[in-house]
Amino acid sequence: MANSGPVYYLTFFLGLGLGLVVLELVRRRWLRERYALLWLLTGLFLMLFSWKRSLVEGLARALGIYYAPSALFLLGFFFFLLLNLQYAVALSRQSEMVVRLAQEVALLRQEILELRAESRRRKE
Amino acid sequence: MTSILVIVPAYNEEATVARVVKEVKSFFPEAEVLVVDDGSEDGTAEEALRAGAKVLRLPFNVGVGGAVQAGYLYAQRCGYRVAVQMDGDGQHDAADLPALLAPLLAGEADMVVGSRFLNPHSYRSTPVRRLGIVLLRKLISWLSRQHFTDPTSGFRAVGPELIRFFARHYPYEYPEAESLLLAKRQGFRLREVPVTMRPRQGGVSSLSGWRSLYFMAKVLLAVGVTALRRRERVGADGK
Repeated sequence: MANSGPVYYLTFFLGLGLGLVVLELVRRRWLRERYALLWLLTGLFLMLFSWKRSLVEGLARALGIYYAPSALFLLGFFFFLLLNLQYAVALSRQSEMVVRLAQEVALLRQEILELRAESRRRKE
Repeated sequence: MTSILVIVPAYNEEATVARVVKEVKSFFPEAEVLVVDDGSEDGTAEEALRAGAKVLRLPFNVGVGGAVQAGYLYAQRCGYRVAVQMDGDGQHDAADLPALLAPLLAGEADMVVGSRFLNPHSYRSTPVRRLGIVLLRKLISWLSRQHFTDPTSGFRAVGPELIRFFARHYPYEYPEAESLLLAKRQGFRLREVPVTMRPRQGGVSSLSGWRSLYFMAKVLLAVGVTALRRRERVGADGK
């Protein structure tokens, strides 16, 4: 990390902090492993690219970006897009499951009413 | 006589739902009417019960697709051989039921859809909607390689295999057009018959103005993606 600008320190510790927070959340079972993975990767990539400045500079040169740290932020942005997409997928799954549950509740409710009516009829 | 279940999805239709139930019962006394109350805030469920229907009450509004599917689940679990789907707003005429059921009972089709456009005396909806229907009609007909005149019609009858299929796979949100394509792609035989549609008898349409544009965009996406999907694998009934 020698000779690098303060921004690299910032992103390195951001990545490290992110990774640690994610690990702690998983440890406390506040975050499921399946959603934690992408977050951990984000943190790792942030750290890796902050550490190996040549990686960022290579990437920036390849993309024609003059200010190398911008490449770092671009990468971060890309990861956040992925994370958001993961949430949209998870949300869709959840809403499908919620509808299924609602249907099941409606069917059970109806069955209870039927059974009640039947037992009332039997008593009479 | 084959047992018939008439599924009526209803959301805030207390003004009309009882009339729909009674109408079906008077034309088809042997049919069971199942009103699926999609989380209504009004007295839809009570009105339906009073009119002699069975009622499924969804705990909150899940959209017409989810409501109709609840009906198919009920049909499957209770062993119905034929399920009819009919709107709760009184647009569909129970007098058309025999025409709708005929191809199904004769074994000529697995699904029969009532089309208002095959009938010259039927009610025509607003221009925006008509434009939407024309576009959708072209798209569905092209993708399914079968000519459909009224893909948004919610007046339809299906046999036992499709009851099972729809209980498992039914499109949510605005499912009429999409379910046609879905059934067609599974290899089911579809047929349209002319029916009369009346203007809605009360309540308000869930589709108006800008929302119908949003609806069109969503339907186009849904239908386009359905065409890209592989066939669903379903169990023992072979389809």
